[in-house]
Amino acid sequence: MAQSSALPAEQYNYDIVRKFTIAAMVWAVIGMSVGVYIACELAWPFLNFDIPALTFGRLRPVHTTLVIFGFGGSALFATSYYIVQRTSQARLAFPWVAEFTFWGWTGGVALGAITYMLGLSQGKEYAEFEWPLDIAITLVWVCYFAVYVETLRRRSQPHIYVANWFFLAFIVAVALLHIFNNLAAPVSLTKSYSLFPGVQDAMVQWWYGHNAVGFFLTAAFLGMMYYFVPKQAGRPVYSYRLSIIHFWALIFLYMWAGGHHLHWTSLPDWVSTLAATFSILLLMPSWGGMINGIMTLSGAWDKLRSDPIMLFLITSLSFYGMSTFEGPLMSLKSVNALSHYTDWTIGHVHSGALGWVALISFGSFYHLMPRLYDTRMYSQTLIYVHFWLATIGIVLYITSLWVAGIGQGLMLRSFDDYGNLAYTFIETVEFMHTPYIWRALGGAFFVSGTLVMVYNMVMTVRAARHEQAAIEAKLAAKLAKA
Amino acid sequence: MFDWLMWFTRMDNSKPLALVLFFGAFCGVLIYVFSSKRRAERLESYKYIPLLDDAPRQPDTASASDRSQTRKVMDNE
Repeated sequence: MAQSSALPAEQYNYDIVRKFTIAAMVWAVIGMSVGVYIACELAWPFLNFDIPALTFGRLRPVHTTLVIFGFGGSALFATSYYIVQRTSQARLAFPWVAEFTFWGWTGGVALGAITYMLGLSQGKEYAEFEWPLDIAITLVWVCYFAVYVETLRRRSQPHIYVANWFFLAFIVAVALLHIFNNLAAPVSLTKSYSLFPGVQDAMVQWWYGHNAVGFFLTAAFLGMMYYFVPKQAGRPVYSYRLSIIHFWALIFLYMWAGGHHLHWTSLPDWVSTLAATFSILLLMPSWGGMINGIMTLSGAWDKLRSDPIMLFLITSLSFYGMSTFEGPLMSLKSVNALSHYTDWTIGHVHSGALGWVALISFGSFYHLMPRLYDTRMYSQTLIYVHFWLATIGIVLYITSLWVAGIGQGLMLRSFDDYGNLAYTFIETVEFMHTPYIWRALGGAFFVSGTLVMVYNMVMTVRAARHEQAAIEAKLAAKLAKA
Repeated sequence: MFDWLMWFTRMDNSKPLALVLFFGAFCGVLIYVFSSKRRAERLESYKYIPLLDDAPRQPDTASASDRSQTRKVMDNE
C-alpha cells in the first residue's frame, strides 16, 4: 500500500474541498434559519405578513432545498472529494471540472431557492426545480461522476476503500432517480408537466423521495462515517467485512421501500406490502452499519470524555440507529394509518436529518477544517457548546413533534358513540399550537449551535492566515539576512 | 417463438424469481466474505487504508522543515 512523503496540502487538491465546506456552512445557516422561520409561521401565522414569497408553501421548499442540497449536498461534495483523494492517495482528477461542479451546484441551489419564492415549482417534494434547472443539475452531476471515477482510476491504492463504494452508489443512484423522476413535458421556460399520470406519478415520486433519503441522506453520509469515525478515533473501522455486507444489503433493500409513503392510497396493495416488508428488512443493514461505526470506538470509549468531535460522530450514529428503527416502525401499515399525514413524520425526518446527517457533517467539518488550513480549531469549548445546543435542539424538536403528531393522529381517528368524528380539524390545530412553539424553540437551539460553529470556523481560518503571514514574514526576514 | 418470455410478464412468476435471484446474490456475497480465512484477512487489512497517511513524514529539505513547524494538527491526532 502506497504512502506519499509530500505534505497533504500539496499532494491533494484541498482548494475545492475548502470551497464546498464553506458553502455547506453558509447554506446550513441560511437553510436552517428559514426552517426556524417557517416553524414560527406555523405557530404564529401572522408572520407571513401576507407576502406571497414569505408564505409557508413557498418557503418550505426553500428550507428543504437549502438544507438537503445546499448544506447536505455541499458537505457531500467536500467530504467525497477529500476522502477519494486521501484513500486513493491520488490528486483529484480534472480540477477545472471539479471547479465547475462547485459553481454549477451552488448556482443551481441558489437559483432554485429564488424560483420557489417566485412561485415556480414542479410541485414534487424534494424535486421542486423546474426543468431548466433539472437539466443543469444533471450536467453538474455527470461532471461529478467523471471527476470521482477518474480519481479512483488514478489511485495508488490497489483497493477502493469502502467509503468510496458508498459515494459511488450515491452518485449513480441519484443520477438515476433525478433523471427518471423529472421526466416532464415543458410547456414554457418555467412550467412543465410530469410524463407519468396519476398514481404512477406518485409512485415514481416516492421511489425518488425515499431513495433520496436512502442514497443522498444515508448511503453518502455513511461514506463520510466510514472515513471520519476511524480517522478521528485513530483506529480502523470495527469490521471491514461487516461494511461489505452493510453496503450490499443497504443499496439493494432501499430501492424497494418507497411505496411505504403511499400506504392506504390507490397504490396497488402488493406494492404497499412489498415496500413495508423491505422497510422492515432495512433495519438489519442500518443497524449493522451503526454497530460497525460505534464499535470502532471499542476499547477507546474514553475518547467520548475528551474529544468533542467524537461526541458529534458517535451521537450522530446513535440518532441514525434511532431513526432507522422509527422508520421501519412507521412503514407498518397499521402504524402508518396513525402516523401518516401527521407531524410525527416531520419529527422522524428531523431526527434523521438533524441527528444523523447534520451531526455527522459537523463532526466531519471539525475534523476537516484544521487539516484544510493546517492549524488547530480556535476553541474546543465552543465545539462542546455547539454539541449541547444541537443535541438539546434535536431532542426538543423530535419530542414536541411526537406529541403533536401522535396527538393529531389520535384526534383525527377518534369517533363518538354515533360514529361521527370526535374532533374538528381546527381542534387538532389548536392542540398542536404548544408543541409547535417547542418545535420552533428546538430549531432555534439547533441554529444557534450552527452559528457557534461558523464563528469557531471563521476564527480558526483567521488564526491560520495570521500564522501563515507570520511564518512568511519570518522566512522573508531570514532570506533578507542571508 | 418467444412465447416463453410471456412467463416473465406474469407477476406470480417474476416476483418469486426476483426473490430467488436477489436472495441468491446476497447469499453469494455472504459466502464470499466469510468462507475463506485468507480472504477474510485480506479484506480486514483494507480497513487500515484511511490511517495510512498517518505515518509521520520525513522532511527532506530545510523549507520542508520550516513548514512542518507550522503544522498544528497531525493527521493521526
